[in-house]
Amino acid sequence: MIKDVVCTFCGNACDDIEFEGDYGRNLCPVGEAKFARKERIKTPMINGKEVSYDEAIEKAAEILKSSKRPLLYGWSSTVNEAIRLGVIIAEKLGGIYDQCSSVCHAPTTLAMIEQGIVGGTLGQAKNRADVVVFWGCNPVEAHPRHPTRYSVMARGFLTRGRSDRRVIVVDVRKTPTAYLATDFYMIKPNSDFAIFTALRSIVNGHEEAVPDRVGGLKKEELIELAKTLESAKYGLVFFGLGVTHTRGHERNVEAVIKLVQDLNKKTRYILQPMRGHFNVVGSGEVPAWEVGFEYAIDFSRGYARFSPGEFTAVEALIRGDCDAAMIVASDPVAHFPKKAVERLKKIPVIQIDPHPNLTTKIADVVIPTAIVGIEAEGTIYRMDGVPLRVKKIKDTNYPTDVEIMEKLLEKIVR
Amino acid sequence: MTSILIKNGIVVDPEQNINGEKMDIYIKDGKIVDECKADKVIDANGMTVVAGGIDIHAHIAGPKVNAGRAMRPEDMKHVRMKSGKFRCAMGGVLLTCPSIGYEYARMGYTTAIEPATPTLYAIHTHEELDSIPIIDKAALPLFGNWHLTFKFAAEKDVEKMKSFVAWAIERAKGYGIKVVNPGGVEAWMYGKNVHSLNECIPGFEATPAEVLTTLMKASIELNLPHKVHVHCNNLGVPGSAETTAETIELAKKIGEYCLHITHIQFNSYTGDTWKNMGSGAEELAKLINDNPVTVDMGQVIFGHTTTMTADGPFEFALFKLAKSKWINKDVEIETGGGIVPITYRAKSAVNAVQWATGLEFGLLVDPDKIVISTDFPNGGPFTSYPYIITLLMSKKFREKEIEEKGVNNYIEKATSLLSIETERTFYDIVKMTRTTPARILGLKNKGNLKVGADADVAIYPFNCNDMPDYERILKALENPAYTIKDGEIVVKDGEIVSENWGKTFWVKAKEQSEVIEEELESVFKYYTVSRGNYGVREEWIRRAEAIRV
Ligand code: SF4
Ligand SMILES: [Zn+2]
Repeated sequence: MIKDVVCTFCGNACDDIEFEGDYGRNLCPVGEAKFARKERIKTPMINGKEVSYDEAIEKAAEILKSSKRPLLYGWSSTVNEAIRLGVIIAEKLGGIYDQCSSVCHAPTTLAMIEQGIVGGTLGQAKNRADVVVFWGCNPVEAHPRHPTRYSVMARGFLTRGRSDRRVIVVDVRKTPTAYLATDFYMIKPNSDFAIFTALRSIVNGHEEAVPDRVGGLKKEELIELAKTLESAKYGLVFFGLGVTHTRGHERNVEAVIKLVQDLNKKTRYILQPMRGHFNVVGSGEVPAWEVGFEYAIDFSRGYARFSPGEFTAVEALIRGDCDAAMIVASDPVAHFPKKAVERLKKIPVIQIDPHPNLTTKIADVVIPTAIVGIEAEGTIYRMDGVPLRVKKIKDTNYPTDVEIMEKLLEKIVR
Repeated sequence: MTSILIKNGIVVDPEQNINGEKMDIYIKDGKIVDECKADKVIDANGMTVVAGGIDIHAHIAGPKVNAGRAMRPEDMKHVRMKSGKFRCAMGGVLLTCPSIGYEYARMGYTTAIEPATPTLYAIHTHEELDSIPIIDKAALPLFGNWHLTFKFAAEKDVEKMKSFVAWAIERAKGYGIKVVNPGGVEAWMYGKNVHSLNECIPGFEATPAEVLTTLMKASIELNLPHKVHVHCNNLGVPGSAETTAETIELAKKIGEYCLHITHIQFNSYTGDTWKNMGSGAEELAKLINDNPVTVDMGQVIFGHTTTMTADGPFEFALFKLAKSKWINKDVEIETGGGIVPITYRAKSAVNAVQWATGLEFGLLVDPDKIVISTDFPNGGPFTSYPYIITLLMSKKFREKEIEEKGVNNYIEKATSLLSIETERTFYDIVKMTRTTPARILGLKNKGNLKVGADADVAIYPFNCNDMPDYERILKALENPAYTIKDGEIVVKDGEIVSENWGKTFWVKAKEQSEVIEEELESVFKYYTVSRGNYGVREEWIRRAEAIRV
């Protein structure tokens, strides 16, 4: 049996999986699907034709080197060691480095640049939080073991189980997570900013400034919610795309950060975004220590420039800035807006991924690799930034992302 | 590897009592050797040759440092070097990993210690250390707010504390014991702080004094090369000087050397409000000189910077004061941390006192006991070391700075700086940047030029027997003629000419984790990572070097 295996699916990065052959004890159904046998890209390909790894890498390097401003995108489902090499490749090529955050938690980063963030590890939910808020997120479906492992039922040092916690869910519909709640507040879509602001007014003693109804909640409900928040010895607010992807975007996140700042003047509170992919945090941390920024980074002038909305993948593609793309462990064709995908179809695309997806269909060069956390080891960062070393639990003939990046870098700086 | 002869240089090496003697230095296979056939000869005639500088306390890697970068793109956008033969180097005060390595080397520094890493995040810290080129490095894991520390301190159980320290340092691949505001960060989990050495830590029977005493004893008995490295309680507030004096008393009671107080400047204020705050440096300098304790300066540099410490409650207080942005991080049941941008203004009475207090320490404490630091980035950039050295070496330069920067004249009343005539000799400076930090860290092959020492060498373009005026000193210190790291020339005339990768030191102490097996098992119930996944393996580090004790 192999113990302490890290699940490489969602941002929970559960590290208590025990493998007996193909069976992984403690995996949730979503994790099981990740570890189940899936279709693989069989061999490297150039324009759909099977080729050797050497040929594919040579071709990829040629495309990247002859490109004026290649886009290097993806990264949230590979290890830091590969990401680091990817950042250096982007720097040496004068290209653009961007990662999946630019289409998910970018508003959180922008808000953090304005306000900072009052955070902590998931252990704070487990050990101390007696009020836990899920706002615009649905862990029961998106991060299935979050409630049992960390936040709702977990047995901790001060909070010893479900009965020691007051669980609040705020959402626009009654999600499966709402059924776990002590109090559920159904709000109107796109009203998060207004509600955060109203709560801040109440917490800061300006109840009179709050109108009778805000975002579908009565004033009494808002006061009750504010009192519950204040009643915590240690409170924790988890938030998701329901906050970042509704009207207001980073303004919403800024408002909830400020609410948490205010609450810290009365009691203790922290805030945690529910990050999706298992290493989306690493794909921002690595470029930050290598070149200073987390995403939307352009190197065309020989140094790093950060400009969201300009050097983010979708915008750079739509503007037609990039004349080649390398996609690592991601599927932009499935997730990007139509115009961005159209541009991808026009330019040479290199894909590095273990599994076929929609991007494979448009890629000129396809390089299949080992699956991170099953066939390849390396470092990843959980949603709270806690670093974990994912394991290799099966042998494979596929090369790792790191090996491919090393070879590419060698060819590019040569 | 090439062999090098540094010919006719004027050597300063306090470890060997060499003060400005014309000598030849031979280098082979990364070490200083007696004599050898040299592939390359450096003509160091008229230049001063010293060991590579050592920074004993600079936040250069780990989750806190990187969160600071992410929060401050306005600081990171500063371009130091474009991508080319070397990496692009970014950052104003905060720096990227490539910048950190290059900037140290460009000052003639070759070793730096990251002084505050949560063991839970040690993998991350080592990833960043591995991305810093050229310099040697090490990391100090945090112990001062760990539940197990409190438990063993409450039981005054030095045996178990020893085992715990050895176990945790091994897991962190760390170099020693760091303590930040003992008990205060745990209190912060309840929205509080601790305010004296003898008050009970919330939820535990232990006091900060017991935490410090037990850890100091453990560090002696384990024979750690670097003893307890402390950021004292009550940091950054008027009245902190008293707490610092009491902390020194604790070490005195133990009777042998076991305490390094870091960024002493930040912990040396008298008074009871910001209005009557003053410097406690004069009194404390006497205490330090008379007792078995060492310190580093924590000098403040006027301008903007980003504060970052494991002292969560301090950063919250600073956030309320500065009303700027604020990052906080509560880490499981072992530590916490915070980050707040700040600007030190010469015109501000408080900041002026801070500036003067740091310099007082640099001028009053025995150079065998004090190391130059800014507590990077808390007091300011480490790239200011040449500036700090020049201030310490020249009263005229101090007077000029006070005049030109318009330093608030409250320092006349609140500090003794203006009445200090001392000008540090270059010999003193070499102690404060090489010999003393190497001794405090127990790095025998560093900070000196003895045969067998690591070939980390800086050559400055001035003659230390015939000191030029302060302007030329400053310029020479900022532009070493050569920096040699591991026997390779990495800097010439202040510019990077080649890049190599330094070592990461860690301490392997005799471990008896079976003594604390029960406690470890029970504490991991409260972790969100498995015990098997906690910590760093040596083979994950680029160039790990274990020091066995
Ligand atoms: S919750 Fe996420 S990390 Fe944990 S087992 Fe399920 S998919 Fe994997
Ligand atoms: Zn520090």
